Amino acid sequence: MNSAAINNQAQALTADWRDLLALTKPRVMTLVVFTGLAGLLVAPVRLPPALAFTAILCIALGAGAAAALNMWWEADIDALMKRTASRPLPAGRMERQTALHFGVGLAFFSVVLMGVATNWLAAAILAASILFYVFVYTIWLKRRTPQNIVIGGAAGAFPPVIGWAAATGDVATLPLILFALIFLWTPPHFWALSLFVRSDYAKAGVPMLPVVAGAHATRIQILLYSAPMAAAALAPWALGLAGPVYGIAAALLSGFFVLLAAQLLASRAAEPEAMKAEKRLFAFSIVYLFAIFGALVADRWIAL
Amino acid sequence: MTPADQAEIRRRQRSRAIIMAVLLGAFVILVYAISIAKMGLTG
Repeated sequence: MNSAAINNQAQALTADWRDLLALTKPRVMTLVVFTGLAGLLVAPVRLPPALAFTAILCIALGAGAAAALNMWWEADIDALMKRTASRPLPAGRMERQTALHFGVGLAFFSVVLMGVATNWLAAAILAASILFYVFVYTIWLKRRTPQNIVIGGAAGAFPPVIGWAAATGDVATLPLILFALIFLWTPPHFWALSLFVRSDYAKAGVPMLPVVAGAHATRIQILLYSAPMAAAALAPWALGLAGPVYGIAAALLSGFFVLLAAQLLASRAAEPEAMKAEKRLFAFSIVYLFAIFGALVADRWIAL
Repeated sequence: MTPADQAEIRRRQRSRAIIMAVLLGAFVILVYAISIAKMGLTG
């Protein structure tokens, strides 16, 4: 063992605050916060700003807690993948216990604060989403089945429902459609990513679809999921829950998404460097979710 | 543990303590704002 490793071990006893922050996956959090905020803003009840801010803060902290507990559980496989090897735990910059305590503490704090500031239905859904992500996705499904992200995707679909519930104390059709939209969006989004990081997943023994079923089967599945996803995106407009601004935006964005997914089907690229269509769909999928939720909020504001 | 390690640990403890203080201060302000907003709702 070299001296750098010894130093690292001694210093890991007191984690740097930047590493604690990194445990919360701040970049993933932006999408969670945005969809949660959209759910809150399109709800028919206007929360006082301080309570609305607290609700979003709690959604962000809850997502951070779930991410920290995910990293606590997955330190062994993170160490095997290039994309994740430099995270605080696999890199040995932090004790595993620290991540566990940080995650559990943050989870309790976010749920209790949500209950006190808004209502206990929102707090209960927040708690359910954290527990679902940690126990159902991370611990149970991820290493066992290629359906891991299909079912686990539900965890990421909760924020608009939580935002809506925080504002109204209730759950209605629109937030449930938004839940379905994110739920159906997750598989194409992650499978596009897993196509060009497949060797990493294979090395870590994570049964992602391209590893288990091959690239072509994955491309078919991506297209198959993007169709019902587009239907879910159009549903708020079709059911009269959103106006034409949203309807037009949803049709254009979803049409482009399905087009990219169809182009992907024609791709025969086997090496990550050649996977242009895969990378394009992955990048667009992120823009898609931001844009569609943004359009929903804009539509609501224009209608007022 | 070398003196350099100890110095690094002290530095981390200090920065974590400062951040904790700032967060606690922000939490106090947040609870105050929540209380005022809640009183506005019931009143």
